[in-house]
Amino acid sequence: MWKWLHPYANPEVTYHFTGKLMPWFSALAAIFLSIGLVWALAFAPADYQQGESFRIFYLHVPAAMFSMSIYFAMAVAAFCSLVWQFKLSDAAASAMAPVGATFTAIALITGAAWGKPMWGTWWIWDARLTSELILLFLYLGVMALHNAFEDKNLAGKAAGILTLVGVINLPIIKYSVEWWNTLHQGATVSKLGKPSMTADMFWPFLMSFLGFAFLISIIICIRFRTEILSRNSMRPWVKTLLLPSTDSTSPSAVGEK
Amino acid sequence: MQFDSFSDFLAMGGYGFYVWLSYGVTALLLIILVMASKSQNKAVIAHIRARQKRENKLRQAAAQQKQQQVKTKNDSNEVLS
Repeated sequence: MWKWLHPYANPEVTYHFTGKLMPWFSALAAIFLSIGLVWALAFAPADYQQGESFRIFYLHVPAAMFSMSIYFAMAVAAFCSLVWQFKLSDAAASAMAPVGATFTAIALITGAAWGKPMWGTWWIWDARLTSELILLFLYLGVMALHNAFEDKNLAGKAAGILTLVGVINLPIIKYSVEWWNTLHQGATVSKLGKPSMTADMFWPFLMSFLGFAFLISIIICIRFRTEILSRNSMRPWVKTLLLPSTDSTSPSAVGEK
Repeated sequence: MQFDSFSDFLAMGGYGFYVWLSYGVTALLLIILVMASKSQNKAVIAHIRARQKRENKLRQAAAQQKQQQVKTKNDSNEVLS
């Protein structure tokens, strides 16, 4: 496996590889998001208790799930960077932080907009909501640390340590609905054994979930490639890639090379 | 289709404001994120290109200066001989 992975530690190979993946991600994101969201908004049945407000579910749950899984991915990258000093995993971690922060914000805002009609309040300081808010602050802290140092290696180390300390928050978010009394309902999708959702709600959820997954992949690819370029700007391969003779073509043409 | 008419669709059974607020904010935040990521990418590329241009100019100027120095040296050598 290490032999197979080894070339991807080379920034040039990774830059071109992610460039080839991006059109596929874009196509898949467009297909799954349009099918999933149209299905969710117009064709999925209304919930027997929550009525049409249940359509917020198709945004809120994927956003909340990805806010946690992006953090986990960022923590894995930070761990690899701290232990084995892979320079690329630093770039990956710093590319993921703003994406995770955005999805955490989406989860919080859609949650508030769902909580107001269902619970009668936009916000309540209960375990699930508070721990998700702490996740947003962790993301913002990691982003700030990445930008606080001129030296990117130092910045990566500082942000990586904060990321790893913050991992403790993930199980707290996940199990908060079981450990504490809360207004927030328990798990709907990830319950193993007996699914608590009907198929005509599960399929639009799965479609929009996959759509968001591919959209996240595109955005992380764009940010990751930006990080690679700016961290390797003195390398010969970047210089030849961005040769001034290609000035007449738009900068976006570089992405397709 | 769950709705009989378009106004029904907008009303969302009385929850229209909350449903459309959620979808609107999500779309807005994602569009901002994508645009910001793309413009950062372009800015970094433009920055590297600008620096490269500057370096090339400096290198060219240095080469020209060297050439001129060699030329004047040769000329003075000729005069002396």
